Amino acid sequence: MTDKARQIEALRRRYLELKAAGDQAAPKALPGATALDEAPLTTNLIRHRETVPGGWYWTARLKRGERLRIINTNATPGVAFFMWNADDTSERYNSADTMKLQWTAALPKGRVLFSDMGRVMTSIVEDTSGAHDTVVGGSTPASNAAKYGDGALRNSQENLRLAASKFGLGKRDLAPAISFFSPVSVDADGKFTWREGVTKPGDFVELRAEMNLLIALSNCPHPFSPGAYAPSDIEAVIWQGAPPLADDLCRTATAEAVRGFENTDPLFA
Amino acid sequence: MSIICTPAADLDPAAAAYDFTIPANRPWSHVVKAGQTLRIVDLEGCQAVDTLFYAAADFSERYSAQDTLLAQGSAYVTTGTKLMSNEGNVMLTVVADSCGRHDTSAGACSCEANTVRFGHHTRYMHACRENFVVELAKHGLTKRDIVPNINFFMNVPIDPHGGLAIVDGISVPGSHVDMVAAMDVLCVISNCPQVNNPCNGFDPTPVRILIWNGEAA
Repeated sequence: MTDKARQIEALRRRYLELKAAGDQAAPKALPGATALDEAPLTTNLIRHRETVPGGWYWTARLKRGERLRIINTNATPGVAFFMWNADDTSERYNSADTMKLQWTAALPKGRVLFSDMGRVMTSIVEDTSGAHDTVVGGSTPASNAAKYGDGALRNSQENLRLAASKFGLGKRDLAPAISFFSPVSVDADGKFTWREGVTKPGDFVELRAEMNLLIALSNCPHPFSPGAYAPSDIEAVIWQGAPPLADDLCRTATAEAVRGFENTDPLFA
Repeated sequence: MSIICTPAADLDPAAAAYDFTIPANRPWSHVVKAGQTLRIVDLEGCQAVDTLFYAAADFSERYSAQDTLLAQGSAYVTTGTKLMSNEGNVMLTVVADSCGRHDTSAGACSCEANTVRFGHHTRYMHACRENFVVELAKHGLTKRDIVPNINFFMNVPIDPHGGLAIVDGISVPGSHVDMVAAMDVLCVISNCPQVNNPCNGFDPTPVRILIWNGEAA
């Protein structure tokens, strides 16, 4: 065997070990979905509460440690979401790294959302549905035209542009989004499917900010959701939950998350 | 799943208007005009070719992985896939593909992401986003303009439970993909230097770029 072949074999072995660890660690460490009556909000710790009507967008600033709970009051099919590092908006959510670094497109409670700089932007600290899509993301004028015959209906692409504009940001600052409450799967032929009956009224997802953030949210149906265009109110709550402990689920569930926080925490040391 | 390969159109390399070999690990960019056919040849097989497109007339219009997947309802790029912009316009159409499987979910490697994936000791290894930043700078663009790209010849199956990983490539020496441009596009490539996963068979190799002029309109 040549030196080069030996080196290739050593690299391959190492990759397969990392992949096996990534595939096996999370299913053991992740706790499953939050129950609807679990993790109640502590009312006196709420800083802001907002009802976002169907079809509309919303922006906010989160400080590191604050939490955003998105409550899907009426089981509207999809809420698109994007975020930037508030201290340097060239750092932003990266859908590809979020999937690739965690060996999965499934992002339930216990997973984290990565920036393009190998840092953790938010942790998914509570989640009742486990049904979030960052492969396809949100709706566009074209998807509304194709699906509903009306490209003028409100859509997530334009909503996120509007949201970005309120921070002085523009189209160049946007990249693929994540769509919460969107049970999209890829079947064996590579086609996308929508899993019916997965989300329910009152579902919520709660994100803990791991850096200072600008966030943008669009309350428009996922482009693959079935049915007529009928987005409904959601509620966004910013509150101060308990700070993470040393054995925090999201910080410790996987080797990749541990290394992601090793990249993030020095910003605030 | 079944992977459909389409034979190349009858294009003679000797008649190409442009012919360039991108060395292993290196970046490259060039404007492909509307109607021209762009071919990427995986010369030695199993080489990921990280590719971005920008509308030549307005760089703020650029390749959108999500619009592309949304438009075709399928997770992988192959013959017939229309590569869409963030304005919902077709940038290029894949017209021939002898490999049959290209990824547009997993994006490009970066020094920073490598630390998370493979360990902090891989921080100081050349990466695609370094290539992109250097090449985009020639056109007045910055890191801000880098979005998740297409990885030609990279095999990233997504299973029904969401599992996703880069697995062994299925391209062989001479595998190629042909695209016809629907608008003038700036094509930016990082011929991926990654050696920590199978995207390049742990051994980056050169790729060849050919461009043919279209039929006179």
